[in-house]
Amino acid sequence: MANEKRVLLEYADQIDPRKAEDYIKVGGYKGLEKARSMNRRDLIEEVKKSGLRGRGGAGFNAGMKWSFVPQYADTKYVVCNFDEGEPGTYKDRIICEKNAQALLEGMAICATAIDSKQGYIYCRGEYPFMVKLLNDAVQSAKASGALGDFDIEIRMGAGAYVCGEETALIESIEGHRGEPRFKPPFPGVSGLWSQPTVVNNVETFACLPYILTNGADWFAGIGAASYPGTKVITLTGDIENPTYFEVPTDYLLRDVIYKLGGGIKDGKKFKAVQVGGTSGAFIPEQNLDTPIDFDSMAAIGASLGSGAVLVLDESRDIVDVVTRISKFFEHESCGKCNPCREGTWRCREIMERINAGKACPEDIEKLTVLSRVMKNAALCGLGQAAPIPIDSTLKYFKQEYSCKLITL
Amino acid sequence: MLNLTINGQAIQVPRGTMLLDACQMAGADVPTFCYDPQLHLAGSCRMCVVEVQGRHNLQASCVTPCVDNMVVDTESPATVEARKIILELLLARHNINCHVCEKTGECKLQDYCYRYGVDDSRFAGEKGHFTSEDPNPFIERDYDKCIMCTRCVRACDEITGAQAISVKDRGHHAKISTVFDGKLADSTCVFCGQCIMVCPVGALSSKVSMNKGRAYQCEKVLTTCTYCGTGCTLELNVKDNQVVGVSSNRDPVYSPVNQGALCVKGRFGWDFIHSEDRLTTPLIKENGQFRAASWEEALDLAASKLKSIKTEYGPDSIALFSSARVTNEENYLAQKMMRAAIGTNNVDHCARL
Repeated sequence: MANEKRVLLEYADQIDPRKAEDYIKVGGYKGLEKARSMNRRDLIEEVKKSGLRGRGGAGFNAGMKWSFVPQYADTKYVVCNFDEGEPGTYKDRIICEKNAQALLEGMAICATAIDSKQGYIYCRGEYPFMVKLLNDAVQSAKASGALGDFDIEIRMGAGAYVCGEETALIESIEGHRGEPRFKPPFPGVSGLWSQPTVVNNVETFACLPYILTNGADWFAGIGAASYPGTKVITLTGDIENPTYFEVPTDYLLRDVIYKLGGGIKDGKKFKAVQVGGTSGAFIPEQNLDTPIDFDSMAAIGASLGSGAVLVLDESRDIVDVVTRISKFFEHESCGKCNPCREGTWRCREIMERINAGKACPEDIEKLTVLSRVMKNAALCGLGQAAPIPIDSTLKYFKQEYSCKLITL
Repeated sequence: MLNLTINGQAIQVPRGTMLLDACQMAGADVPTFCYDPQLHLAGSCRMCVVEVQGRHNLQASCVTPCVDNMVVDTESPATVEARKIILELLLARHNINCHVCEKTGECKLQDYCYRYGVDDSRFAGEKGHFTSEDPNPFIERDYDKCIMCTRCVRACDEITGAQAISVKDRGHHAKISTVFDGKLADSTCVFCGQCIMVCPVGALSSKVSMNKGRAYQCEKVLTTCTYCGTGCTLELNVKDNQVVGVSSNRDPVYSPVNQGALCVKGRFGWDFIHSEDRLTTPLIKENGQFRAASWEEALDLAASKLKSIKTEYGPDSIALFSSARVTNEENYLAQKMMRAAIGTNNVDHCARL
């Protein structure tokens, strides 16, 4: 595909993701071999130097995260976040379907760095079909001897969006309600079963073999300097070519839509794009010439998040779209903290009122203050991010709200 | 030691101190719902949020460890706004019937609404719709007043160990529930009422005390439970010279044995105090009929009878069967009387059966 830069997906559909031998034939498990030949401190330094930042949404430096794990602990865990709950995101599934062995190798590299013997992959509840593939992949990798004494177990979620939050994910693996924990302590110090735990996204782990094989400098040289590497993005919505792509992180959002995506469907005009999943901001036309990397997106008040790109054409009713999103967050709030449990409920009520043409200007004020408090005071990322679609559309598409209000 | 500035005041705290405790040390009254010093932290009500200079969001002070050079404002505009909105959100779903609520006067929701001037909610919409019917004789559960602080869940688990209740469903449908949402009586609940003790609002209250008097109308009389020898401290709630309820004193200085925790008997079994069937004087049986007697007369009679049995049949013809309902000290005195005054080792106790 023109304009793409494939690293993780270079051999997509050419190798069987379940078979370690296929992966080894194209250079697989070389990174792990190298990692094992290094001392742990150098290995973590190498990952830090590569500049690899979390691909799940928070964008935290991976090597830095690993460095928080205390060396003295006897038991440590490596957990892969494959919950992939952001609507419109399916890049982790694609990575597993095309290159599952790279994920396993990445987890084993992390295990080498923090001295862990046990890994878990927390698989999204809506992906039951992936469990078999991953189990086959683990079995093949174990049989090939590549993983050594590092074991990986696949655990399934039960369909809760909040379990993509790392501490809720840990609670879920432990068999509890999927509710986030307060931080600190961070999982790196006290995570799964109160042991030091590294939780990284599928894509983050899958980058590691290539960093180790080709060197940190090679990786740091790809894409944006502050968020280097490639990013797998998934296009959905009113787009000619709704599929996945792997691009360097300095790729422009406009090019994602018009070059890779083939432009707006049926020749219609562009209205907005939501990047990073349902909790992402809506971006108007004027900000399209922004690179997709984490910091550039943050600079325009948006977030790269998981790399989901939802395109809306001119015919879409922004208020209606955001009303549906508010319903999603009401449904997915775990109920633990007050601002999110009650706030997502009232956001949905007010949005429905606006959408039905039954709201007055004061309702917009209520929505604004509620959003601010949720962002400021909610316990976890879900409650803090739930108002972002509302805020960003109130900022850029205010007239769509205004024309639905009753003004006396 | 760590140096902090809280509301402009410099304060030193030991490493490991939580910010809420530091705020209290600095004299700041930070509101809390889910925080309870006897229970594991939840950090979920977000009422204790404070503004920490340099931090992106407001920080829930109960779960935020102090860091050197923290500059904290416990009543900043953003903090007050967050607390007011949280109160409004809770009010929007609350069954507001304070005029008949048992907790009026000792309700944290009421107190904080008063403190922050929250008289109404801008977010009034759909209400909660939880059923409150639970046909047990002790604990009234009205989850339309619940604020989901989960103190009851944690107290049930961590103080009593019964694990009878937990959280069911999610989002605003989340509620406190027994397993399969059954009745308390069908659960592992032992009706100790620790859940009532920790509930900061009117969601949980005592059916036995219902409509008999509110906390501020009652005099609290500190006493020791008479049900067994453990020696739990409790407070009799007295109104118009009548005991109308039992509450917990959780201060370890006053309640060193139980720190407020009670069992079903201590918390709910006090209605015998004013029972008409209760003996108020000793009775002496004459010709098959009981008659009232003074303590002096009754004790004299018992002593003389014991003496004559001892003289006629020897000390081992007498035995003492004591009770688990008297204190250890009283049981000690009773066995001493048998051994020293009567001269027998025939001493036993119902708890041994």
